[in-house]
Amino acid sequence: MFRSLTIEDCLNLNREDLAAESVKEIEKMEPVLKSFITVCKDHEFHSGEFAGIPIAVKDNITTKGVKTTCASKILENYVPPYNATVVEKLLLRGFTVVGKTNLDEFAMGSSTERSAFFPTRNPWDPTRVPGGSSGGSAAAVASGEVVAALGSDTGGSVRQPASLCGVVGFKPTYGLVSRYGLIAFASSLDQIGPITKSVRDAAILMSVISGKDAMDSTTVDKNIDFLKDIENGISGMKFAVPKEVYDYEQLDSGVAALFDEALKLAEKLGAKIRKVRIPSMKYAVAVYYVVAPAEASSNLARYDGVKYGLRVEEKGLKDMYKRTRREGFGEEVRRRIMLGTFTLSAAYYEAYFNKAQKVRRVLSSELDSVLTENDAILTPTSPITAFKLGEVKDPLTYYLMDIFTAPANLAGLPAISVPYGFSNDLPVGLQIMSRRFHDAKVLRIARSFEKNSPYNSNGRIRLPVVRA
Amino acid sequence: MKTVIGLEIHVQLLTETKAFCSCSANVFEKAPNTMICPVCTGQPGALPTVNKAMIEYAVRTALALNCEIHRFSRFDRKNYFYPDLPKGYQITQYFYPIATNGYLELDVGKERKKVRIRRLHIEEDAGKLMHEGDAITKAHHTLVDMNRCGVPLIEIVTEPDLTSPGEARRFLEKLRSILRYLRVSSGDMEKGALRCDANISVVDEKGFSSNRVEVKNMNSFKFVEKALQFEQNRIIQALKSGSNVEKETRGWDLTSKTTVSMRGKEEESDYRYFPEPDIPPVVISDEYIEKIEESLPELPDQKKDRFARDYGIPKLDAEVLTSTRELADFYEECVKIKPKPKEISNWIMTELLREMKNSESEVVPISPRHLVELIELVETGSVSIKMAKEMFPEIFATKKMPRQIVEERGLKQVNDRDVIEKIIKQAMEQNPKAVRQYRSGKKGVLGYFVGAVMKQTRGMANPQLVNEIARKLLEG
Repeated sequence: MFRSLTIEDCLNLNREDLAAESVKEIEKMEPVLKSFITVCKDHEFHSGEFAGIPIAVKDNITTKGVKTTCASKILENYVPPYNATVVEKLLLRGFTVVGKTNLDEFAMGSSTERSAFFPTRNPWDPTRVPGGSSGGSAAAVASGEVVAALGSDTGGSVRQPASLCGVVGFKPTYGLVSRYGLIAFASSLDQIGPITKSVRDAAILMSVISGKDAMDSTTVDKNIDFLKDIENGISGMKFAVPKEVYDYEQLDSGVAALFDEALKLAEKLGAKIRKVRIPSMKYAVAVYYVVAPAEASSNLARYDGVKYGLRVEEKGLKDMYKRTRREGFGEEVRRRIMLGTFTLSAAYYEAYFNKAQKVRRVLSSELDSVLTENDAILTPTSPITAFKLGEVKDPLTYYLMDIFTAPANLAGLPAISVPYGFSNDLPVGLQIMSRRFHDAKVLRIARSFEKNSPYNSNGRIRLPVVRA
Repeated sequence: MKTVIGLEIHVQLLTETKAFCSCSANVFEKAPNTMICPVCTGQPGALPTVNKAMIEYAVRTALALNCEIHRFSRFDRKNYFYPDLPKGYQITQYFYPIATNGYLELDVGKERKKVRIRRLHIEEDAGKLMHEGDAITKAHHTLVDMNRCGVPLIEIVTEPDLTSPGEARRFLEKLRSILRYLRVSSGDMEKGALRCDANISVVDEKGFSSNRVEVKNMNSFKFVEKALQFEQNRIIQALKSGSNVEKETRGWDLTSKTTVSMRGKEEESDYRYFPEPDIPPVVISDEYIEKIEESLPELPDQKKDRFARDYGIPKLDAEVLTSTRELADFYEECVKIKPKPKEISNWIMTELLREMKNSESEVVPISPRHLVELIELVETGSVSIKMAKEMFPEIFATKKMPRQIVEERGLKQVNDRDVIEKIIKQAMEQNPKAVRQYRSGKKGVLGYFVGAVMKQTRGMANPQLVNEIARKLLEG
């Protein structure tokens, strides 16, 4: 059955027709899910270890000769002249890219409702959102349209949709995976990560896409074996649980109950749970929504109608700029550009941007000190499960959903969301976060939960059945 | 009235590749949009990577300008919209420049004056706009050439230590000479490799200072001086008549030879500077700086002083000879072969530099051997000094060795006593009156006989010998 195949499963199969099968599934399910902005129907069969394994790539990662839109009107017809480094690496190892997945415009959002083209649906319940911003990738993997996918994570955009769709989503340490070709949202926070049907698949994809890249000077030279110790369990480990998790009013009771259950399982497996205080965690969202829009306002300045993308003709340069950007960007993107432009302006730089940078450093050092004494910090990935399309309207409520995921981006830490049970038949995710470059440990802990979760069978996560 | 001038200078670096990508940085007069890549055209997803040579060139320049080099510096983004700026921001160094607090010494009269350098930082160049039509206001459309996008620049900002337009010009010429010595830039203002904006204000006798005016669009040393002279007069007139000098940006207009207002202060932009998140901070070590310091060439001032001291030539000679590294090297090689420092200096300062100027040559096309051989021909009396000077343009143009030219042109000096005696005797027979005059004490008549010989030999007789023989024969 194609839909449940992991990368590891595929290794034992004849893979010549896998890409075609994937496209067939996509064609079947797309009317319901709408995970893809572009489906690539003609594939070359690349040789390599992972030859023929169909994978999806979020549509903010450049693919040479294949439209890359960021789910924005301003790039609706943009065809990049080059492949992102991660895409090059996938192709080099044999993977077949079968399509480009939907997202919130420029990755700004947590529901994929803010795609300029169409919203994506959650495979567990098509009346609900898949989360975001990598909602297309998460839905495509959970539904089985593809074997695995790449997303990008700026404040939780890989982990939160993985949580809401019941799959694995991993955000690596900042600098481990090249951002060359990832269309920037907030450069100091953005990181590409895998979305998969198993923790081991996430580790496999990490071994393919990570590494120092001459084209991205923020990448580092670290040789990490993501798979070597992955089955070694968590006996003897110490996990910190921030008391702030329980202070959070919007925490869904079903999510809280499953989280406590996961902690008990950890203890049963030989780990120690310790409640800690991370006082600056409550500022994480505020800091995030200063830093990210500031960087975004600058990163998105290049979409000016001059070189590529949408241009709305007007008499005079200024009016062309204004109309192009007004019509090319959606409401949320414009909101964030305005926020960022404001916080970077000379009069407010100190009060907002610089203050936020300082708090960011404080939060980082608090997390570091907790993590020197503990192997990992555990939280729920998302305080709530998948919500209905259109249900969350107020931007602030929407922003506050990033409470547990944003800290890892602000501090550059590795963090994963691994499925742990269901609340009202909707998947819940457990987040595991550790020290910089302890990515292998994060995967190992996640694998232990995956292997021992009572909601999984034989260590395999449960997948939805999409009726189409 | 006292004039106060500060300069902001942009220098294009001669690195092989651009500041943040691997495109060639040599883009001058290349076909539009042929020297570009995803990085320098700001394609979505492309990222900058720092050119190490650019950092080295900046440190080299900063050391030559006596700056403090910072072990930690960082890149920042300067945000503004313009079609020649594909990313919508320029990568520059705003908060932590690579160097600050330097100076450049300028000889003003007999004094050596320090012009302080406030900061030196690295940034990228923007592209070029080509307006269809004569003027931007009349253009139907505008084309963008991105070749220049990402060419590495250093910006040098002086303190307002310059006190006249002439001084500003001399500062720039001196800076260019240093840049060329360091081989970090061609320093050509006409080609835009060296660009200068100036801030000028005037303080009156009562100590009242006018507003500061920024002057742009001065693309040669001459125009810098001209524009600042114009601006200085304009401000002085305004101060005298009691009218206000606007704080504004003005541009030098070539056709009217005046400065015209470009924008007022209400149009000042907020560039929303913030740290460039795509580039880690630049951290350099003491060893790195020391290594560069050791590799610095002797700079114009040092060389000038050494030439005057070691070769015993006048300061003016030393200054001219050290104006470029190539010329100084040429001089020194000549002196090494032929230790006649003043004579060689004279040849270079008059003949060589004149020919170079006439042919607009920036390099010395002849070898030290050419000049030395020519001087030796004069020394041995093979050619007269006059002949040697006549030959020089041909040597310069054809690079033929002097001996060869002498042979080809049959220019060899006449040193044959018999030949000269014969001509003088003939002349004496033809003009006995002149002989009598000479013998009665009119010694000036000697010139007539010398002239006769020169005429017959087409100027090739050895003048000293002619004089000697003529005197002997006339005195009988």
